[in-house]
Amino acid sequence: MQKFREEKLANGLQVIAELNPNVHSVAIGYFVRTGARDETPDVSGVSHFLEHMAFKGTDKFTADDVNRIFDEVGAKYNASTSEDLTLFYGAILPEYMPQTFELLSNIIYPSLRQDDFDMEKNVILEEIGMYEDQPAFTLYEKSMQMHFAGHPLGQSILGTTESIGGLKSEQMRAYHREHYKAGNIVLAIAGNTDWTRILDLAKQQCSTWPSGTCDRWTEEARPTGTLKVITKHSNLQQHLMQMMPAPPAEDELRYAAELLSVVVGDETGSRLYWELVDPGDAESAELGYNEYDGSGTYLTYLCSEPDAMAENMKRIRDIYQAVNGKGVTEEELKQAKSKVASRIVLRSERPMGRLASLGSNWVYRQEYRSVEDDLKTLSSMTTDDIVRLIEVYPLGETTTATVGPLKTLSL
Amino acid sequence: MQEQNIQTHTFGNGLTLVVEPMSDVQSAAFSLLVPGGSIYDPPNKNGTASVLCELMTRGAADRDSQRLSADLDNLGLQRSENVGGKYLTFSGATLAENLAPVLKIYADIVQRPRLPAEQFEAARGGVEQTLRALEDEPRQKVIIELRRRCYNSPWGLPSDGSLGDLDAISIDSAREQFDRCLRPNEAILGIAGRVQFDQLMSLVEEEFGSWDEKPELTFESGSSGPSLDQIHHESTQTHIGIAYDAVPYRDPDYYAAWAAVSILSGGMSSRLFTEVRERRGLCYSIYATLNSLPDEGRVLCYAGTTTERAQETLDITLGELVRLQDGIEEGELDRCRARAKSSLIMQQESTIARSSAIARDWFHLGRVTTLKEVRDKIEALTVEHVLNYVRQHPARDFTILTIGPQPLEPS
Repeated sequence: MQKFREEKLANGLQVIAELNPNVHSVAIGYFVRTGARDETPDVSGVSHFLEHMAFKGTDKFTADDVNRIFDEVGAKYNASTSEDLTLFYGAILPEYMPQTFELLSNIIYPSLRQDDFDMEKNVILEEIGMYEDQPAFTLYEKSMQMHFAGHPLGQSILGTTESIGGLKSEQMRAYHREHYKAGNIVLAIAGNTDWTRILDLAKQQCSTWPSGTCDRWTEEARPTGTLKVITKHSNLQQHLMQMMPAPPAEDELRYAAELLSVVVGDETGSRLYWELVDPGDAESAELGYNEYDGSGTYLTYLCSEPDAMAENMKRIRDIYQAVNGKGVTEEELKQAKSKVASRIVLRSERPMGRLASLGSNWVYRQEYRSVEDDLKTLSSMTTDDIVRLIEVYPLGETTTATVGPLKTLSL
Repeated sequence: MQEQNIQTHTFGNGLTLVVEPMSDVQSAAFSLLVPGGSIYDPPNKNGTASVLCELMTRGAADRDSQRLSADLDNLGLQRSENVGGKYLTFSGATLAENLAPVLKIYADIVQRPRLPAEQFEAARGGVEQTLRALEDEPRQKVIIELRRRCYNSPWGLPSDGSLGDLDAISIDSAREQFDRCLRPNEAILGIAGRVQFDQLMSLVEEEFGSWDEKPELTFESGSSGPSLDQIHHESTQTHIGIAYDAVPYRDPDYYAAWAAVSILSGGMSSRLFTEVRERRGLCYSIYATLNSLPDEGRVLCYAGTTTERAQETLDITLGELVRLQDGIEEGELDRCRARAKSSLIMQQESTIARSSAIARDWFHLGRVTTLKEVRDKIEALTVEHVLNYVRQHPARDFTILTIGPQPLEPS
């Protein structure tokens, strides 16, 4: 049986845990509520660069120590940065909890030594270059920039070669001071450990962290719609991404949005699949749903031969119009629910899988939801819920970006 | 390490059932390996297995394509099909109570697929789309093309097929491949999760027992590609692939080989990551893996970097591979052991990982190594043992392939 516990330390750090004696490992994550949307243009990319710098060590641990100790305890660890969040996490066997916890807690207050900063800058520039060679990533960055133009969610996660090239370590320090305050961080733990131990460790390692929280502007974006064609002759396929407003993370409609994306655009067995992928007319045709603080997007991804692009886009538009007009069938909804239920259960069998939903439920909604809660909500969804969703957030294509051989694209 | 109770049975027609019951999970996963992979593709028709695999899930016995897909979705099955050298692999995971009806459908797929002529163009089109999209992903393409250059054909041929061969493949080639290759003898069904062996025995006997054996399969061996090669690609990036000889999975020295590669690339404290990325900032992504065919093995290494730094990246990487024979520190091997221990234990949280591991073991070894056995073998390794292996199988006679704007060769 899983048990949920929570407590707030004096400095504002929120500690939450889902304890489960029937698994073999423990997953620990620091969810820092800071990301690309919290940056000013002169430091674009600093949240992500800072995430890298954490692994360069502290006064107590050198860069070599950090990677060595994580490997010595056999941790599966990493970090990630999004528009909303910077996440540092590790999964370990329960007996290695104390040293892993100490290390993970230490590194999010890194030394930011100048020579490490200069060296890591090269790695970030390499990372930017690497994504330029991957059409889907290029498209995601471009689409987000255009879709959320004028809104903080349009800010790039990686930054540009110019913004990263010009970034000073003092600017990173100032950003860190401002955003890494205990009240802006959630410590989430899932798996086989006990609550007393967690609290003891948290008090030991985190009590001296500066208190305070950060404000964030979360007004819902009102995208107006644009088109961007990036011509790349070396590509064989045409890659296309489209975005459309969808429910924000706080909105109850998000469950319906998740299900709708499975009915319409799951990798297999969805309407887009049968229309475009099954007949061999597209390599991929998918609809996803992404939630952010205050806003959300439906994201369409299409990859096909350049010549077929216009026709394929029209077929997608027809599907969206049909869904907006008539909703989805009982049979489709039932199928999507079976798929999602089994995904929830399979993911939850590993503490690492639980950590993501545990942490994001808390960061976005100050809410704990067990696997049973999720399954119950899922099974209660009806085709009417989908209709209610579509009334507020219909499917469509506000923003379009494409990469590939095409020079123009008419909508 | 939890006691594992792995049970196996080889039926009269040669199909082997390998089962690992897991008590702490709700799910069950299977991995069904059936002879018919890409090594049996007719000459100059590389991709036949891939098209066949696409066709097999487009209707079987009394289900047409849509019905088949809908029924599997309603059972909550997360599924995938994969074309390998020897086998077509059908795998999936769902709630344990749905496993029996899922397996009945797969019995139809592998024994009674409709292979419908009217779906052929769509199936071949799907394969073509996948191969075209791969052309836009040089990171993946470099490894596939490296295999073509470091293994003799047909093992080195891309298992998903070659674009240039697709036109020559007809519905008759696919049907002929099915008739000639798909068979119970040497097929393996690995199942892990909340299941009981006895029940599975009778289910499999009933569903697969009357499947007829076929005569032994043969294929023609050819040569490998050039040892130094470049594929031109207009980009700011250069993708480097390096291969050299290692031992296969069934070799008594396999775990020493595993440790050697692990020291090079097993964690963030490993040599390649430390020397190429952390100390020199030459790239974002670099790794080496141990790749195994039944009778031979290779180390496959990747580094992606901006073109101006590609020569230095290649030279430093090769230098690190060669330097391994100069010595290994005790701590490096300790970290390999620790990482192996935690990943072995954490495997017990994943039915998908276990079902594919036991099926793979049966293929390579004709038996299943328990997690405890693996752990004991890794614990027993010494620095001397690993060094002996490295000196007997030194990193040399490299196969090098780059994808980028300019050719490279080792300095």
